[in-house]
Amino acid sequence: MTKRILWATFAALVAMATFAAADDDDELTVFTAASLTGAFSEIGWIFENDTGMAVAFNFDGSQALRTQIENGAYADIFASANKKQMNALMDGGLINNSSMVIFAKNKIALIIPKGNPAQINNLHDLARPGVKIIMGTRDVPVGDYALQIIAGLGNDSAYGPDYETKVLANVISQETNVNYVVTKVALGEADVGFAYVSDISEDLSGKVLKIEIPDEFNVIAEYPISVMGQSKHPSQSQDFVNLVASDRGMAVLEKFGFAPV
Amino acid sequence: MTVDSNPAEDGSFRERGLADLMNQDHHGMQRAIPLPARSRDIALKAGLGLLLALAMSFIALPVLALFLRSPLSSIAEALHDPMVLDALRLSLTTSGLTTLVVVIMGTPIAYVSARFSYPGKELADSLIDLPVIMPPAVAGIALLMAFGRMGLAGHCLSSFGISIAFTTLAVILAQVFVSSPFYIRQARTSFEDVDVALENAARTLGASRMRTFFYVILPVAMNGLLSGAIMAFARSLGEFGATIMFAGNFQGRTQTMPLAIYTAMQGDLDVALCISIILVAFSFAVIVLVKILTRRVYKRC
Repeated sequence: MTKRILWATFAALVAMATFAAADDDDELTVFTAASLTGAFSEIGWIFENDTGMAVAFNFDGSQALRTQIENGAYADIFASANKKQMNALMDGGLINNSSMVIFAKNKIALIIPKGNPAQINNLHDLARPGVKIIMGTRDVPVGDYALQIIAGLGNDSAYGPDYETKVLANVISQETNVNYVVTKVALGEADVGFAYVSDISEDLSGKVLKIEIPDEFNVIAEYPISVMGQSKHPSQSQDFVNLVASDRGMAVLEKFGFAPV
Repeated sequence: MTVDSNPAEDGSFRERGLADLMNQDHHGMQRAIPLPARSRDIALKAGLGLLLALAMSFIALPVLALFLRSPLSSIAEALHDPMVLDALRLSLTTSGLTTLVVVIMGTPIAYVSARFSYPGKELADSLIDLPVIMPPAVAGIALLMAFGRMGLAGHCLSSFGISIAFTTLAVILAQVFVSSPFYIRQARTSFEDVDVALENAARTLGASRMRTFFYVILPVAMNGLLSGAIMAFARSLGEFGATIMFAGNFQGRTQTMPLAIYTAMQGDLDVALCISIILVAFSFAVIVLVKILTRRVYKRC
């Protein structure tokens, strides 16, 4: 009996390994900034319907995707939430420079769990002791933008010189991509998070509230997309980039809260 | 003493502690089965040697690559990075406290589990072992659902103004959760290996239960307990998944060394390599310590 179970387990393992090895070579691999998760999933369906070619996404912080690509991960397309990570790959000669376009803009907003447990009503409240703030690490675009905003507020006389220190002292966690920030705020584990305007999507609107950051203090996030130099499907990849930048692509991006370029 | 008793005796399969497994040297190799032809013998030995060399280089190469990837000067420079220092300090204090908690709470549990039977013992033992099998990410989300501000127990605690998630306490809780079985399993085996005759002798000579435990059982089991505690410490030091999900990632408060490696990997590779090298050194020290401790046990019998 035990022997039979052992053999069955062994057979199952072999079967699983063979299954996993049967990799589909006929698909586009798109490394996509985490904030684009909703919009790009939808654009991916449109592309699959149009061309019949499957699209596989890797959604993560742009800096994590960049590191993966630099260390040999295969991607056909890279869509980043800031120019810094795209430029790093450009400097490394890893992307097809002529295909690079800025296709969307985004802004930072404060997101607050339903019920607003810490009674956050404006940017001043972030400096109140005991408020639990969640943001990105300094490397992920959403964290980089948040640090710029906090520093900018600190330089304004209305907020005072110790504003920046007080706000940073309230940070309880620095996440490696924006989706973790949103999830933890939606769970109610933090009082307020620095995320993108586009992150308050329809299915989250019941769980989180939004406080806008005035344009004078906000930063405009610019999203570049590019075909990778190593792509095995350069023309289809260019088709995907064109679809993103087309009116249809823009319509999807606007639906998810991004601003057109 | 029954230290080298067959683990599979009585037909019941009792797993030995991890430390015992690590210390099983390949003495059996000298008693190789005689083969009819000498050439076949040589071929077999060459094949096995090749396999061993392959396996060894597979493990040694990545470790070596860590050291060769970056010049020592840049690693030494990274050592002064506040991120590295904060992570090192936090990791050592949390893992130390975790080990203390695990030893204080785990020792009586392991002893009871080794010597007595009570209703629901099978279930209790399985539950204690569960975190070894459970993926750390699952442990992290489970802890968050239990002790997070909106969690099952965390909800009550937060009404008293106690918050656990995303604090240094959460780091320790996550580490205790994942590392306690490593100590308890080893301690259970060590207590089982203490001859009951010794215990009975002490009792008939008039020693109380407590005195017997502290003066007879504990000294005999000590090496096993120590190596179990070291394994638990090492597991805490390496804990990543449960920590990042339950305690978050904040430098100086919840960013332990593995989290710092993950974060720095996306920014400054030298910092990531520096912390990795420190952890590799710790791992080596742990293996050596456990080997020395458990070898003394084997020599005594």
